[in-house]
Amino acid sequence: MACVVSLRDITKTYRMGQEMVEALRGVTMEIQAGDFVAIMGSSGSGKSTCMHILGCLDTPSTGSYALEGVNVERLSKNQLAEVRNKKLGFVFQGFNLLNRTTARENVELPLIYAGVPTKERRQKALAALEMVGLARRAEHYSNQLSGGQQQRVAIARALAGQPTLILADEPTGNLDSKTSEEIMEVFEKLHAQGITIIMVTHEADVAAHARRVLTFKDGQIISDRHRQDSGWAGPGGR
Amino acid sequence: MELFLALKIALRALAVNKMRSFLTMLGIIIGIGAVIVMIAIGAGASKVIADQIASMGSNLLLVVPGSSTAGGLRSGAGTVPTITYDDVKAIQTECPAVERVAPTVRGSAQVVYGNMNWWTQIQGCTPEMLDVREWRIAAGRGLTATDVESALKNCLLGASVAENLFGAEDPVGKIVRIKKVPFTVVGVLESKGQSPRGDDQDYLIMLPITTAQRKILGNPFPNTVGAMLIQARSEEVLAQAEEEVTALLDQRHRVGPNKERDYILRNLTEILAVSQQSAQVMSLLLGAVASISLVVGGIGIMNIMLVSVTERTREIGIRMAIGAKQRNILLQFLTEAVLLTLFGGVIGMILGMAGAFIVSKLLDWPTFISPQAILAAFLFSAGVGVFFGFYPARTAARLNPIDALRYE
Repeated sequence: MACVVSLRDITKTYRMGQEMVEALRGVTMEIQAGDFVAIMGSSGSGKSTCMHILGCLDTPSTGSYALEGVNVERLSKNQLAEVRNKKLGFVFQGFNLLNRTTARENVELPLIYAGVPTKERRQKALAALEMVGLARRAEHYSNQLSGGQQQRVAIARALAGQPTLILADEPTGNLDSKTSEEIMEVFEKLHAQGITIIMVTHEADVAAHARRVLTFKDGQIISDRHRQDSGWAGPGGR
Repeated sequence: MELFLALKIALRALAVNKMRSFLTMLGIIIGIGAVIVMIAIGAGASKVIADQIASMGSNLLLVVPGSSTAGGLRSGAGTVPTITYDDVKAIQTECPAVERVAPTVRGSAQVVYGNMNWWTQIQGCTPEMLDVREWRIAAGRGLTATDVESALKNCLLGASVAENLFGAEDPVGKIVRIKKVPFTVVGVLESKGQSPRGDDQDYLIMLPITTAQRKILGNPFPNTVGAMLIQARSEEVLAQAEEEVTALLDQRHRVGPNKERDYILRNLTEILAVSQQSAQVMSLLLGAVASISLVVGGIGIMNIMLVSVTERTREIGIRMAIGAKQRNILLQFLTEAVLLTLFGGVIGMILGMAGAFIVSKLLDWPTFISPQAILAAFLFSAGVGVFFGFYPARTAARLNPIDALRYE
């Protein structure tokens, strides 16, 4: 399988007031196309920082990051924006939908910035909403939707641009366990379609849906477990 | 397409905070409104002067008698007629820059028609007068050379005189009595309105200058005229005409070390041009003062846009995470600012025009709004939006995506 993400010796140092904080200290990983990876770790372990770097929202202090073979660590702000737009899809803990905007318009947003023509944009947005089972709510405003529904709109938004990689930052963090299961089912479905997913979580039962679990501690990866499909039964009786 | 979407987003953002948007616009509304009213007032004033110049006739010099000295006695200016018919003829033939000369005598008299009578100004003149003053005939004919040479008792009525004596009746061919001398009305002049000095130019009767001197006003100094209007061939040679006439009259009147100049030459066109200039300066000054309020309004826009950017930091973060480039964010906020000022500008323009209308009605002050002023106000309000919206928009565009996303 092709390598989608390749991190080499990534470090990230912040300045917090007087002291320097080393958020990442030499992270190296490769993620294959079609994989479903969970990143775990306690708070302050560096997993969120790693996620921001993976998501091209932040740049590493040292080390190299290749996304689909393209080194992105030295790209300009505008080039990074383009990478985020075309290759990445984000799902946030707090949903981060725009207020006073319908579900469809939210999903269309990345397509607007990609310059997709109106008609095609609408089609793609509706297709993405269909995929997360919310086609009927397309014209509802985001504040008229439940938390689970909002998160599914957010997933549809991440999917709309047909990205290489979906990044989910604690996607179930603000949801109850039943809704969390629904959201994870959506991710399972996407995974089944061959979409590469990286998800940050600190809940073990959420991480259990992933095929591979990376655990961070003090800015380093301390374990990398691959789950063999045999003998593993996820939700939905697989 | 991008601009269209930016417009849509901006409209939505403005609609969310209607009251705030309106209050922000108010600064621009007042600013543009004030500029429009002030410019309308200033432009009205200079238009009045321009109209007066047109009504007076163009490229005119006026020669009136000055003081004269006889045997060591100096008389006051204008008390003795010093300008003669020979002067008129000499100027006509010897000054190449002069188009025509119109000598005139003035006085006033009671005019009677039937049971109506009216006290009015009497002007004795030659046929040239109407050309020099660019004055048209409304009915009948003008004065002819024969009228002057034979001192015929024909006259032209000014529009107001005709109205007061005749009402709806047609005056042409009727007989009026001026100081009991019967005159035939041969024509009626078109209305000319106020003179540069503010009096009604239509209260006037024109007679042949010869008739006026012999029958009505009397002439203690034979062969003299009261004044003369000289028209130059064009605006370019006006100054030259002034020099030629001065030189000629100085020579004819023997002005020198032993004799002071016994006539006064005034450049009427120049005098009015100067007053028009001062009206324009006034208009500019008023506009400048009013545009201070526009700047204040612009600062208000900038202030609110900065607040708006801070309020929507998270939204900016989301947009950036999803792939908005700096350019997209910049355009979004700039559009919002320009939309605010354009709306404000249009409302201000409408209020300004209404204000100008009220000023001209209530204060009886002429106002004039040119299409250029409207275009300028429109562009200026858009310019204020771009100028004062740029800094907040750039602040938004330069936000760091993660910082913006994390902002609570």
